[in-house]
This record gives sequence, C-alpha cells and structure tokens, in this order.
Amino acid sequence: MLRFTAARLVKAVFILLAILVLNFVLIHAAPGDPAAVMAGEAGAADEKFLMDLQERFGLDQPFSVQLWTYVKGAIQLDLGYSYRQQMPVAELIWDRLPATLLLTSTAFLISIVVGVVAGVLAAQAQGTWWDTLISSVALLFYATPLFWVALMASLVFSVFLGWLPGFGYETIGANYTGFERVLDIGKHLILPAGTLGLFFTAIYMRMTRASMLEVSRLDFVKTARAKGLRNSLIQRRHILRNALLPVITLAGLQAGQIVGGAVLTETVFAWPGIGRLMFEAINQRDYNVILGVFFISAAMVLLFNLITDILYSIVDPRIRLTS
Amino acid sequence: MKALRFLASAAAVAMASALAAQDTPKQGGTLNAVIQPEPPGLMLGLIQNGPTQMVAGQIYESLLRYDSDLGPMPSLAKEWTKSEDGLTYTFTLQDNAVWHDGTPFTSADVVFSVDVFLRETHARLRASLVHVARIEAPDDKTVVFTLNQPFGPFLGIFEAGTMPIVPKHIYEGTDYANNPANNTPIGTGPFKFEEWQRGSYIHLVKNEDYYMEGKPYLDEIYYQVIPDAASRSVAFETGKVDLLPGGSVENFDIPRLMAMDNVCSTDEGWEFFGPHSWMWLNMHEGPMQDKNLRKAVMYALDREFARDALWNGNGKVAKGPVSSVTRFHEANTPDISFDPEKAKEYLAASDYNGETLRLLPLPYGETWQRWAEATRQNLSDIGIKVDIVATDVAGWNQKVSDWEFDMAFTYLYQYGDPALGVARTYISSNIAKGSPWNNVSGYVNEEVDTLFAEAAIQADDATRQEMYTKAQNIIVDDVPVAWMLELAFPTIYRCDLKNPISTAIGVNDGMRDAWLDR
Repeated sequence: MLRFTAARLVKAVFILLAILVLNFVLIHAAPGDPAAVMAGEAGAADEKFLMDLQERFGLDQPFSVQLWTYVKGAIQLDLGYSYRQQMPVAELIWDRLPATLLLTSTAFLISIVVGVVAGVLAAQAQGTWWDTLISSVALLFYATPLFWVALMASLVFSVFLGWLPGFGYETIGANYTGFERVLDIGKHLILPAGTLGLFFTAIYMRMTRASMLEVSRLDFVKTARAKGLRNSLIQRRHILRNALLPVITLAGLQAGQIVGGAVLTETVFAWPGIGRLMFEAINQRDYNVILGVFFISAAMVLLFNLITDILYSIVDPRIRLTS
Repeated sequence: MKALRFLASAAAVAMASALAAQDTPKQGGTLNAVIQPEPPGLMLGLIQNGPTQMVAGQIYESLLRYDSDLGPMPSLAKEWTKSEDGLTYTFTLQDNAVWHDGTPFTSADVVFSVDVFLRETHARLRASLVHVARIEAPDDKTVVFTLNQPFGPFLGIFEAGTMPIVPKHIYEGTDYANNPANNTPIGTGPFKFEEWQRGSYIHLVKNEDYYMEGKPYLDEIYYQVIPDAASRSVAFETGKVDLLPGGSVENFDIPRLMAMDNVCSTDEGWEFFGPHSWMWLNMHEGPMQDKNLRKAVMYALDREFARDALWNGNGKVAKGPVSSVTRFHEANTPDISFDPEKAKEYLAASDYNGETLRLLPLPYGETWQRWAEATRQNLSDIGIKVDIVATDVAGWNQKVSDWEFDMAFTYLYQYGDPALGVARTYISSNIAKGSPWNNVSGYVNEEVDTLFAEAAIQADDATRQEMYTKAQNIIVDDVPVAWMLELAFPTIYRCDLKNPISTAIGVNDGMRDAWLDR
C-alpha cells in the first residue's frame, strides 16, 4: 500500500501542475481584467489610475512572464496577493476555510448517515408504504434545485416560523463565548447544512437501496441464509458491506468538494466560506484568489480520490491496489 | 479684498430647527445595516467604490457636506470665504477635531491630503485639481486654496468621497497602497473602525471624542455582508437589519417590505450623485452613426413603462444630459417622449437595413435584465432587430471600453455640477478606448466642446446657466446616447431609525445625525 500511495502522490503533483497552468490560461482568456473591474467599481478612472493598478498587479508583464511568476510561487506554496481584497491569498483562504469546512463536512455527515440509514430501511422494507415514502421523498429532494430549496427553507423556517436564523455564521454583535457560541453557530448551521446535504442524502439513499437489493439476490447471500445465519448478521456483514462500495465512490466525490465550498448555499445563506470567496473573485477577475481556491480544492479532490481507493481495499479485501 | 461670506451659522440654525421639530434625539443603540458588495478596503483616500464610501463615510470626513439642494454645509471646515475674483477660497477648520488615534487634526493634514496624497491616488479629484495652483496653511486652523482661473464647480468638490482628508502623520512618506494602516483606517469622523470579519460584517463604534457635542448618537454600527438579494430582504423582514441602503434589494421586493409595520422609505440622499441612466449608442462605427436611427431609438423607448413596471414607479424619465437634481439643469429641451409613430418615421428616413443590433444590459441584477428585454420589445415594435448580449461585470466593462456594442446600458453619477459629472460623456477630447466612463459613444461636436470648456471656468452662475442651456439643447437634438431614467434608489429603514439621511450623499455620511427611538 505504501508503494501505491507514493506512486499516486507523484502522479498527483504532475496533475496539479497541469491544472495550475490550465486554470491560469482559462481565467486569463476571459474578457476583462482586475484593474478594469476595480476601476469600474470606483466609477471613475483615468489612464494613470489604470496603469498604476496594472503595474502593481504585474498585469503589464507579458503573459508568459505572469504565468511563470505564478507557477514559481505556487511551487513554493506562495499563492500570491489578492488584488481586490488587498491581502495575501493564503491568508484569505485560511480565514474562510473553517466556515466552509464546518458547513460542508456537516452536510457530508448528515447526508451519508441519513442517506445510508434511510436506504437500508427502504431496502429492508421493500414494497411497503414505508419504502414508497422514503423513495418518494428522496426523489423529490434529488429533483429540486438547490437554490430553490435554500430560499424556501429560509422563508419557511426563518421568516414565517422564526425558528432558525436565515443567514450568517453567528449572531453579530452578541459576543457569545464558549458553549453559548457553539450553540449559536450550530443554530446558524442547520439551514445551510441541511439544504446542502439534501441532494447527496437523496443520492446515497437511492444508491444504498438499489445496491442492497441487488446484493441480497446474489449467491453468497443465499449460501449464508442456507447456513442458517441470523438475518441481522447477513444484512450487516454480507449485504451492507458489499452494497457500500458504490456509496464510497460517491462519498469520495462529495468529499472532494468539502474544501471547494458550496457557492450557492454560501451565497444564499451569507455563509462566510470559500465558495463565496471564489465566486466573488471570479466576478472581479481576482486571478490569484480564483487560482488559489482552485488549487486547494484540486489538491483535495486528488487526496480524497486516493483515500477512497484505499478505503475500497479495506471494505472489500478482494480489491487490490495497483498503481 | 472684500470677502463674500458663506457663514455656517445659517445652515446650523436651519438644521437645529429641523431637529427641534422632531423629538429630542436619544443616545445609544446599535444599528444593523446591509452592505453589498463587500468593500475592497476602507481607506477612502485609495478606494472610492460605492460600498467603501458607505462605510468609510462614517470614518473619514472632508471639509464640507451638502444639503439636498447641493448647498455647502460645514464639516471639517466650520466656515469659508470666497474672494470676489473667484480665485481664492479660505477655509477655517473645526477647533477641536482629533484623529481617531488622538493626534490633533490641523491644516497640515488638509494640505498633505489634497496637495500630495489625493493628487497621487484619486483619479476623479485629480481632474478637478488641475484648476488649483496652490494650497497653503497660513496657520493651524486655516487653509487657503488659490486657483489658476475661476472654476465654477469648485465649492462642490469637498464631499468625503471626492476629497477625503487623511492623516498626514500616518501616510506622509510611506508607500500609500501598501501602508499597513490601511487595514485599520483612522479618520476624524463620528465613528471609529473596530473590526472587520471578512465575509461577515464590519463593525464601527462611536467616536467619544467627536468634535460635535453630543454626536454621534448611536453606540455602534454593524454593516452586514449578505451577498444574495433575496436574503437581504429576508434579513430585513426578520429584523436582523434595520437599514437597506438604496439598491440593496430587487425592486419587486420593495412593495412587500414596505407593507410591513414600522417601515419607512425615502428617495432622498442621492442628489449629489444624480445617478443618470442611458444607453450608449456606438457612433464610432455601424448603423448608430446615423442620426435618424438614433432619433428613432429615442422615440421608440417607453421609459414611463420601464419606470412603472420595472422600477416600481421610482425615478424620473430623463429628458437630456443633465439630471434635474444637478445644477444648471434645463427643463425646456426639445421633447423626445415615447412616440412609436414618430420613431417609425425616423426609422424610414434612416439607412437602417434590418441588421441585428447588439444590446449590452448592465449585469447588476434582475431589474436591469428585464429592462433590456423591455427595450428590445420597444425597438422590435418599430422594426429594429436586437440581440441581447449576456456578460458579467468584467465582460461588460471590457466590451463597453472597447466599443464592442451598438447599444449599451449604463448609469453615471453627475456629482452636482455639469463640469464634474456631465461634460465627460460628451466632449470630444474625452474619446479614448479603454475606459467605460469617458465619451464612449464617440460624440464629436465642436460647439459643445467649447461650451463645456468655457462654462467650467466662469465665475458667474448666470453665464454658466446660459452656456449649459445651449449645450443641452444641442446634445438633445444630436442624441449621442439614449437617455433613460434619473434613477431613484429608495433607502428602506425602520421608522424608529431617525435621520439616517441628512445630506445629499445620503447614508454615506448620514450616521452622524442618526438615532434610534427605541
């Protein structure tokens, strides 16, 4: 497993470099540059103003020089300086990362636990009204656009019922500390994490259910039954364990997004995370920030892919790791 | 030299009586407001975009403020005089103003800010300072501006966003753009910077040492960053914020918010900016070079419908280049109201041969998108084919700067005076690729050039009015742009927030006088 991991890590470095260059080229191909956007926000500019900005950002340099400067920096883990926010990119990302991690990993946990449990329940109760109910709800969540769910959730639970805060990370100006603060952040977390988790919950549920039903018809399950094993043991050891493989694949995909943030959810719920940071940076052509977020999330996707592969071999020892 | 005196006392008395008419202000309380988008920084001398001005306008001050008729009121200058030849302006500063770090504020700060710092950093002020020969400080509390020639709009360039006064002791001799103090702005204003949680909020607290006794009334202000327009409505509905500055929510949400209890709104506080919207008509190349086609477009636009249906009835149909809140506005220019029949006549007389024209909407949200659609409908009704080109803000900037359009929506501020915010759009010396705020249409008319150039350097207002009236009549007839609306961005707030707007720049410096009746 060590050799496998090492080989994969070496590959990952090259893939990351390729992603870095590709992103740089793509972003620079979009119309508009950060100096013009900043001047646009200021509502006035003369030639000197634009030239000063371009010089400060190095935008007056030839494209190849800009690219080389960036790649050279990134190799040394220097992600550059944000033109618009006037802060080092690494610092910006570091500031926003905890909020995003909290949101996305909560959503991840909710969706995997609720999804798998509901999927198992539905599979065991196949054909009953209970199965129909779970499956219908999952289909509904699967098909509904996220932004609509987010807006409706905030309308219902925040505006009409007044149970939960509709936006933000914590109560501003309340200055809570300790447990009170945790509770406060938790309250703010419910709506965004819930909404964000819905789509994946539905997917896990459908996948677990289908996979469980498929595996339960296989010969080794019949053998286990013939041996007279307890049903709960068959369900857990024989069926669930095998049925989980496709779920792990999907979980690996979702986990890759944990660092990339959730643009829509963070925007609707004013959650101060990475996704929003990236979205705003794209609008403002704040190249370094965009590239920084892409870089970090690409690295995470690669990392989680690796973890997923290793997990496969643990869940199903028949799968061997070869690089 | 006989000095013409504009004494502060008259304005002060007027303000005091206006206040007395209401209840006595209460001290204390926290104000929650919305800010969107998040400002790039709060150092007003370096950055002047809208959100920066809104927050930094409480931290930094300039020498003057302006009432809703654009008359100057005291701010850091308590009084001022103008010499009869219009060349020398003498300002007397407040006696006990101090910077937020405790350093006394003096005339040296003003000279440094205007003559050194802002000449380097502030594109818009730089253009006005061309007329200023010398800025001197004969003593600690006096500043004298000497002009090269009379400059009509001179007394109109002293608002905080145009001429923010910055602390000399912090910035002199430093690399301004990279000064670490930019992250903890220090001004003389009624509120001090406390904390900025990026992505969440900016927190300001009361300046206990403010030079006006008893002001400000509020203890603290939170500017909350909420990126989604629908969520900003929710934030107001659920009571998390008390103030939605103009343009914070989509127009179609306004009636719903206004129907709530204890909700007030006002169109005031935009007089200084006079946001004026139009469509650039590309006269560099293509069909819009034809004056008959431009007139056809102008007559085809149902701007009253746009105002009522899209802007919720807010705003006023724009009839020409100068907004009705800007000085020297001429009301009796040729009438170019909605008239499809006339539009068809002009179209028939034009060389238009049925080609599809490119229309760039402003990428500022739903209202603008729908406005572009309504415009396409108006134009197709008289037989002009229109293709709406979708872009984001950066793409719009570039396409307009590079003249890649036939019609493009925009709106610009007028800054109270034609010389400051109107001439730039129509004078031929201002045609240059690469900027979306100069004469983007490519309009060339020598007479207009001369009129604008002469009117700016007249000392006498009557002479200026005559010249601007003439210029407005010519421009309206030439239709270099299609004027749309004088935009109104209502400020929505809870009625127990008193005086959020007391000057022509509205919420940008309004919190000095604001108080909460709770």
